[in-house]
Amino acid sequence: MSETPSISREDVAHLAKLARIDLPPESLDHYAEQLAVILGAVAQVSEVAADDVPATSHPLPLVNVFREDVVRGSLTAEEALSGAPSVESDRFRVPRILDEE
Amino acid sequence: MTSELISLTAAETASKVASGEVSAVEVANAHLDRIGAVDERVHAFLYVDREGAIAAADAVDKARAAGEQLSPLAGVPLALKDVMTQKGIPTTCGSKILEGWRPPYDATVTARLKAAGVVILGKTNMDEFAMGSSTEHSAYGPTHNPWDLDRIPGGSGGGSAAAVAAFEAPLAIGTDTGGSIRQPAAVTGTVGVKPTYGAVSRYGLVALASSLDQAGPCSRTVLDAALLHSVIAGHDPMDSTSVTDPVPDVVGAALRADVKGLKIGIVRELGGEGYQAGVRQRFDEAVTILEGLGAEIVEVSCPHFPYALAAYYLILPSECSSNLAKFDGVRFGIRVGEGDGDPSIEQVMGRTRAAGFGDETIRRIMLGTYALSAGYYDAYYGQAQKVRTLIQRDFAAAFAQADVLISPTAPTTAFKLGEKLDDPLAMYLNDVATIPANLAGIPGMSLPVGLAPEDGLPVGLQIMAPALADDRLYNVGAALEAALLQTWGHPILQEAPSL
Repeated sequence: MSETPSISREDVAHLAKLARIDLPPESLDHYAEQLAVILGAVAQVSEVAADDVPATSHPLPLVNVFREDVVRGSLTAEEALSGAPSVESDRFRVPRILDEE
Repeated sequence: MTSELISLTAAETASKVASGEVSAVEVANAHLDRIGAVDERVHAFLYVDREGAIAAADAVDKARAAGEQLSPLAGVPLALKDVMTQKGIPTTCGSKILEGWRPPYDATVTARLKAAGVVILGKTNMDEFAMGSSTEHSAYGPTHNPWDLDRIPGGSGGGSAAAVAAFEAPLAIGTDTGGSIRQPAAVTGTVGVKPTYGAVSRYGLVALASSLDQAGPCSRTVLDAALLHSVIAGHDPMDSTSVTDPVPDVVGAALRADVKGLKIGIVRELGGEGYQAGVRQRFDEAVTILEGLGAEIVEVSCPHFPYALAAYYLILPSECSSNLAKFDGVRFGIRVGEGDGDPSIEQVMGRTRAAGFGDETIRRIMLGTYALSAGYYDAYYGQAQKVRTLIQRDFAAAFAQADVLISPTAPTTAFKLGEKLDDPLAMYLNDVATIPANLAGIPGMSLPVGLAPEDGLPVGLQIMAPALADDRLYNVGAALEAALLQTWGHPILQEAPSL
């Protein structure tokens, strides 16, 4: 009952945009073809799982874990910034955030 | 002397260091020499920390000289998968996007190894962010299988398994999200264990799929894996998914090695069609051996296992697309395209991620983005989570009939480098037998059970146990290992061609 979903060039371009990956246009067809094949194969999950089956998101029953709010050691600013590609005045330096318009 | 030192097990090495028969520095040097001699061909390591290793070994020797009590693995060298942070040491996860990053902190696993006097030799190669079954998705080139350098060492932890198989280290740390410890162990003739989910802290393990990731030991013997397991396992307040239950006595279980009266279940759905003839043959022989040792063999059915792979390849990409969002060229790693025009941060992120991520990582991020997006969520991710419930139910029913379950670890022996690189689906099938354990959070072990007659390459057998009963893996694994050793007359790695 699962059918191979069709994934277009435009779909891939949209996904890449959502995922913030600036793919070269010439790679879009290649990914479209592969994603369609993979999605066609994994779509079989819809064949078995009935409505009355609960979803499992995690192998363990999870509960929130809290600790006492106590002051303790942490990374220094220098350590925290040590791996950053660009730093200014003890902060991460980023390119402009706002659009031009 | 050197070749003698590198062929010792971790247990033997620790005992010789403790008695003063050899120094930890001698042991470290022997392994560093071995790495220097063979790693150009094997490429198990992305980084070798010669200075740090010698310093750590020297500290063990000094502690011994001062009369301090040494921990059970003090002075034993280890190779650390490059997905685990080690303070000040390059950690790339096999990706260009993290090139040059030196983490400012130790993972809990790393810290525990250091505290136990384990000598960390360096960081091992892996598929980028642990996605793959061959290490061919490493941005730094593949690792080669020591049994045949034209073949894959498995993945994603191919570097760790190959380092152990090539006698570059007696121990290594791997991580297993869908089989990345067990499948490399199977195809390199080594032992690999994925502990119960949450048994080993994930703090400092760069996350791929947080509900599946689990670190564990790689070694050449079951006892060595148990010794390493007991060093790295245990509750960690830094990981909110870390289990609070006590670590089972895995070392005691490995020493007990007695399967008399134990019920061992063969999973009907993991075997048969799609499995190489030689893999099936060695598996069947191992079953006969276990029966001869007094185990009761039963067949169990897990009817939803055929859907595990599909569910996994929706759940993993979904979690991965979210986890890998943090690689954005701001806080760590590379930044690309900032000087080209006056780009916005969003454009720089896009350029950085396109340049920094490899093909398979991009594929999985987009797959996950698709599965989680509006309109598809219920049909894909939601359904996959329901299948996960069904897999857990299958395991529960099977463990009602058997103490442990067994199957071949991987459907085939090591395939040729490049053979499946352009066919993602074919590559994914390598994990068909290992994935169910990850989806259910239960522990699994792979150990060598011989060479496939048709190609002379190692075959692995997988043992699975209920959650938190990791000790059963070691008991059964050690019993089978001892019986096989008797049949062969020597450890299987002695049959590997010399490098």
